[in-house]
Amino acid sequence: MTDTPLLSLSGLTKAYPGVVANDHVSLSIAPGEVHALLGENGAGKSTLVKMIYGLVKPDSGTMHMNGALFAPTEPRAARSAGVGMVFQHFSLFDAMTVAENIALGMENAPKMRALSAQITAVSETYGLPLSPDRVVGDLSAGERQRVEIIRCLLQDPKLLIMDEPTSVLTPQEVEILFTTLRKLSAEGTAILYISHKLEEIRSLCDSATILRLGKVVGECTPRETTARDMAEMMVGKILQTPTRAAHTAGDVVLQLKALNAPAPSAFGIALKDINVDLRAGEVLGIGGVAGNGQDELLAVLSGERPVAGGMILHRGADIGALGPNQRRARAILTAPEERMGHAAVPDMSLTENAMLTGAARQGLDRRGFLDWPAATRFAQSVIDAFDVRTPGPRAAARSLSGGNLQKFVIGREVLQRPEILVVNQPTWGVDASAAAAIRQALLDLAQNGAALIVISQDLDELMEISDRFAALNEGRLSDPRPAQGITVEEIGLMMGGAHGMEVAHA
Amino acid sequence: MDLSSINPLLFIAGFFVAATPLIFAAIGELVAERAGVLNLGVEGMMIMGAICGFATAVETGSPLLGFVAAAVGGAVLSLLFAFLTQIMLANQVASGLSLTLFGLGFSALLGQNYIGIKPPRLGDVDFGPLGDIPVIGPILLSHDIIVYLGIALVFGVWAVLKFTRAGLVLRAVGENHDAAHALGYKVVRIRTLAIMFGGACAGVGGAYISLIRVPQWTEGMTAGVGWIALALVVFASWRPLRVLLGAYLFGGLVQLQLNLQGVGVAIPVEYLAMSPYVITIVVLVVLSRDANRAPGSLGRIFHASQ
Repeated sequence: MTDTPLLSLSGLTKAYPGVVANDHVSLSIAPGEVHALLGENGAGKSTLVKMIYGLVKPDSGTMHMNGALFAPTEPRAARSAGVGMVFQHFSLFDAMTVAENIALGMENAPKMRALSAQITAVSETYGLPLSPDRVVGDLSAGERQRVEIIRCLLQDPKLLIMDEPTSVLTPQEVEILFTTLRKLSAEGTAILYISHKLEEIRSLCDSATILRLGKVVGECTPRETTARDMAEMMVGKILQTPTRAAHTAGDVVLQLKALNAPAPSAFGIALKDINVDLRAGEVLGIGGVAGNGQDELLAVLSGERPVAGGMILHRGADIGALGPNQRRARAILTAPEERMGHAAVPDMSLTENAMLTGAARQGLDRRGFLDWPAATRFAQSVIDAFDVRTPGPRAAARSLSGGNLQKFVIGREVLQRPEILVVNQPTWGVDASAAAAIRQALLDLAQNGAALIVISQDLDELMEISDRFAALNEGRLSDPRPAQGITVEEIGLMMGGAHGMEVAHA
Repeated sequence: MDLSSINPLLFIAGFFVAATPLIFAAIGELVAERAGVLNLGVEGMMIMGAICGFATAVETGSPLLGFVAAAVGGAVLSLLFAFLTQIMLANQVASGLSLTLFGLGFSALLGQNYIGIKPPRLGDVDFGPLGDIPVIGPILLSHDIIVYLGIALVFGVWAVLKFTRAGLVLRAVGENHDAAHALGYKVVRIRTLAIMFGGACAGVGGAYISLIRVPQWTEGMTAGVGWIALALVVFASWRPLRVLLGAYLFGGLVQLQLNLQGVGVAIPVEYLAMSPYVITIVVLVVLSRDANRAPGSLGRIFHASQ
């Protein structure tokens, strides 16, 4: 490493109406350094890297690249200055081939045939197998990420920005990615690594800058700092770890028997031969890389997609053909992953959203006439119990931040006294302390005898709250195993190992 | 009824004339939709092109200038749609429908003094001795320049979308506008240009009806061709060369219907007049079952806040 930093930021400030996303942020990155950018959702990490990549213009402050002033006005300028960015999502085109996707992210892309040869060469050099002619819509999440990484590598970047790269990967794929990143770093490419997964940062990064509410609140050397200390710097308070008392599992309340369901659409996943028994008082954690049947499984459990007879039994009764309201009446409740438009109607108020799923079980309607005062009280009780930050139950669901709305949609189901509760990504986009509160609420439900299925991509979360663990892989559910004592390698294999890596091992 | 009075050569040659307005309107809409814009104002842009082209041709005496004016007229009207949907972020379906209604009304106003006038005629392209080849000559080589331009345009759009970087970027914007924006492409600018291209093409298609196919000016004379063009884009699963195929199929049906009426087939004329539309609907339903290839961002409003 040399003394002049590759990139140095000083006093960068960016304000949006009502919020200062970045407030005098300064940091510097040396060539070959792997620098972590840590922070909760909404801490300003994305805004900061968007300024470096030229997507957002800072209000004040300066950036220097190799000592010279650096003020990219658009991503092309940043790319030609040697900055590459791997996005968390929404930067690939499903209907196009790998080569076309890569060409779109390059200045002066060569002819398609030459480009395909380059892609093959780079993918072999860095151990990232990828065929240039495949259509991106058919690729797994890990393979899609390789497309983005190779797109950056082809431009010979000096600084590679990675925005939450491991959230969609199996543990084996994470290892492959880290090997590639270490190789790049050894060759002198600096890496700005955004994440909130602290153990990953400890194993990969040389230094870290921690952001909270737009301000730099600390810097540290991750290898010498504990994950707990970093987490507390991120959230600014002492974290509560959810606790649970020992308990014994009760009767079987829900049985899935040879559950099969065809894919709902061309980009969906078919559920194949799922068998599992769920007992009262237990939490079944279901892991898996996104897009392996999580949404489809939730849809057949909620009743959005009816299935053939004998596949779903509730206390011995066949409920496969029942719709969502009939299942709600039987105390089988669900909270889907997508908050806006699936779990909640964005343009309706919290009271109206509370009415939508709570009407039957909370007695909010009388012979078709709606009892709005009762719905308002119910919404208010959710807001109070789950610390939802909002002006009140009349606020539109759309006006809540993602984390606050998540607290509302989970709380709305938890307070309806479910016998069986199925949640998908219960703490997605929620800050650490609120996530701990949601997990505690789920554990309390199980404690009181409810049966829970928690679908999540956050393995740490699943290990924390599950009694048994299973993984979805291409629509198949692995045999559930006791969560106690299961290793990361075992989980990885249950999740399907490294997708598409068979070639590399052959 | 005497089917032998139908001249097969003229009958088949008529396919090309009947299909040309559709080809122009559909290929323009196809480009807009591949860029992610659903413009239901095709009918309105066609009728504006029809009157602008007609009036200019009558005033200047040059049909070719008329076609240029038609393209400009259609493009200018489409700019209104671009302003509403790309700048004001209005709903595309509602904006397109209002564009059609506005175009129909405004063209009627502009055309008040042109009713009953004959426009100057556009001559056929002279292929010299080639035109005398039996069968091929009368069918393929006896048309005006616009017919050939339309066919060339389809192949041109096909090649641009498939082989050029501009086409790749256009498809990228239509497929996923958030990703295209993140990569630094100007989504609004590209879409506005695509909308204007669609407007210009629709205008030329409309002028072909008022200057050559009919040829005279009456209110609402495009009579639903714009809607057929919209359906044709779906029928063609957003692929240019299939637009050509679909346009000839529809053109052939219209031609058949006219000829059958001419020889006095004993079916009420209304049934014949609606037959091309019914058959188009049936073909559309059958063919679009596998056509799940709509551009990913089609009809969605893009806001660069992300």
